[in-house]
Amino acid sequence: MTIQTTTDLQEVVEAVVREHRDERGPLLVVLQDIQRRMGHLDPDVVPLVASALNLSRADVHGVVTFYHDFHEAPRGAVTIKLCRAEACQSMGAEAVVAEVKDLLGIGIAETAADGSVSLDQVFCLGNCALGPAAQINGRLYGRVDRDTILDVLRSDLQGETLSEAP
Amino acid sequence: MITVYVPCDSAALSIGADEVAMAIECEAALLGLEIDLVRNGTRGMLWLEPLVEVATPAGRIGYGPVRPEAVADLIAAGLLDGADHELNLGVVDELPWMRDQQRLCLARVGITDPLSPEDYVANGGNAGLRRALSMPPADVIAEVTESGLRGRGGAGFPAGIKWKTVADTEDDLKFVCCNADEGDSGTFADRIVMEGDPFSLLEGMTIAGYAVGASEGYIYLRSEYPDAAATTGQAIETAREQGWLGDDVLGSGFKFDIHLRLGGGAYICGEETSMLESLEGKRGMVRAKPPIPAITGLFGRPTVVNNVLTLTSVGAILADGGQGYAALGLDRSRGTQVFQLAGNIKHGGVFESAFGISLEKLVNEYGGGTLSGRPLRTVQVGGPLGQYIPADGLDIPTDYEAFAAAGAMLGHGGIVVFDDTVNMASMARFAMEFCVAESCGKCTPCRVGSVRGVETIDKIVAGVDRDRNLTLLNDLCDLMVDGSLCAMGGLTPNPVRSALQHFPEDFSTLEAGQ
Ligand SMILES: Cc1cc2nc3c(=O)[nH]c(=O)nc-3n(C[C@H](O)[C@H](O)[C@H](O)COP(=O)(O)O)c2cc1C
Ligand code: SF4
Ligand code: FES
Repeated sequence: MTIQTTTDLQEVVEAVVREHRDERGPLLVVLQDIQRRMGHLDPDVVPLVASALNLSRADVHGVVTFYHDFHEAPRGAVTIKLCRAEACQSMGAEAVVAEVKDLLGIGIAETAADGSVSLDQVFCLGNCALGPAAQINGRLYGRVDRDTILDVLRSDLQGETLSEAP
Repeated sequence: MITVYVPCDSAALSIGADEVAMAIECEAALLGLEIDLVRNGTRGMLWLEPLVEVATPAGRIGYGPVRPEAVADLIAAGLLDGADHELNLGVVDELPWMRDQQRLCLARVGITDPLSPEDYVANGGNAGLRRALSMPPADVIAEVTESGLRGRGGAGFPAGIKWKTVADTEDDLKFVCCNADEGDSGTFADRIVMEGDPFSLLEGMTIAGYAVGASEGYIYLRSEYPDAAATTGQAIETAREQGWLGDDVLGSGFKFDIHLRLGGGAYICGEETSMLESLEGKRGMVRAKPPIPAITGLFGRPTVVNNVLTLTSVGAILADGGQGYAALGLDRSRGTQVFQLAGNIKHGGVFESAFGISLEKLVNEYGGGTLSGRPLRTVQVGGPLGQYIPADGLDIPTDYEAFAAAGAMLGHGGIVVFDDTVNMASMARFAMEFCVAESCGKCTPCRVGSVRGVETIDKIVAGVDRDRNLTLLNDLCDLMVDGSLCAMGGLTPNPVRSALQHFPEDFSTLEAGQ
């Protein structure tokens, strides 16, 4: 993974702001676009976006921290989102969450030390008739268990080693 | 050429529809057979996905659920001719689940290629919009009012009255905002419509825009739905190319465009004022009402906020007339509702029916009871803020008022089934935990009350000062109901209290660690 320098960041922020300049109330859209390109929202993004959009840092920081989707630290190569909402719970989602945590040796909202995987909880993925549901790197899965998650993980990580927690 | 259908709906994809489609193409190529593979939306029978259909003179014959490994065998057995096989379901339209529905919102879903403008028009698309554009805007509103259409997002507010308020508020800029945040567990009808027939949503929004004098539309779609976002985004492009959106909608001179915006993973942004804040690029803090969005909405302008299904219903209402729509349903719940059967259920999916069908019938007859085969213990209707209804209390007609009278809530029509392994103290605790995670933080009863709620339930099940803590939990619930600005804090007590009321035995012991 390449380390982003501040100049890179500045260029990205400028390009993104230029692209969304004509949209109404662009802050959320701009932050989403920066995160899409950079993988996360480095704290250095806040003052850059604030000055580019003529907003206060507090405004930008407030938005970054309000939404669950924004991440201020780098993410794993693969992001697993496990649904913990009621319909999936009725199909044993809590057990899947516990098993996947064990498998990866990380908790919810954590990233493995080797940068391979991030684990998130989510409340409903719209797949409530085929629960437990998960979303792995943006792709939806239904009727998941520990093994199906492990299979997807292995193929998504392709070659990169996955260290199973003891 | 033989036409084969394999759904592109994300629920179907979640269990291998892409792999099935690929296997069918490979197998056909190997055998030198020319097929036309259409990626349709889902028919809504999600337990049968991936559902493969083949067009025959008798109708579309279905096979399902099809595993990718089974494709070679199925084709060898004559799938492409609609031949017999243990997975052959017969003519799909004749299955009881399909036959017994009244599909208005879902009329084209699963039938057409969602992104084909030709398919859309050939199957009745834009008929409502054409008719609306030929009428004075006030008549369009009158037709929607006459239909009795109420908002499908949960609150059930009459759509015609909302539209009239926006129409009557003078401004040179007005908006139509579609609430596609669909955050409730157990709901996925908005998603299925957006992935399966996105043009119908655009059509409904355009009719709303014409009726109230708005020129811009926004769809606020939750970020958890990337497939719906892709399909809807493409549909908007296509609609612009077709002249269905833009400076001269269908050659009528009416100007209207639609923009797609994604949410940020916050449940509260489904609440309409929080959604408007988010659309303005801000934190999704709930606004106090009044002012109401119809008068002071997006960027302070008059704004229609409607759910996806409310807006898709509008196309059908304008196409066939408000009176016909009002003839369906019961009392003050007119027209159809897209019910979503979810959770531990044998036959899960979407089922569109006139209001009035009983919950019991939906769950046990069409839904087939629990998937696990164990006794059904409870059903939660209306999302995470809805009550838990015990198994012996399901005989309620699906009607907003009848549900309210039974101490329940119809909401967005999501029905989540639990078998007897559910622990209701855990579910009550989860309701509070969810409120902790998703509260916008504006009012103390919701923000702090939910944290106290989790702690108090933990104490109750641990047997610490039970009676005192039960009283405390009740007081907390009262406080949340009375002192919350919006329904997030105000309705969180619903699942908690109903769990306590119907399943008190679950609150005495809970396994450590749960
Ligand atoms: C906490 C909360 C979450 C909500 N989530 C949604 C949602 O996801 N989708 C929706 O259409 N309405 C949702 N609503 C209802 C909206 O506030 C609003 O009533 C609705 O969008 C109006 O459209 P309708 O009249 O067509 O239903 C929610 C309300 C609350 C209080
Ligand atoms: S009840 Fe909760 S979610 Fe609603 S405004 Fe108050 S703090 Fe925000
Ligand atoms: S509750 Fe898990 S996908 Fe809806």
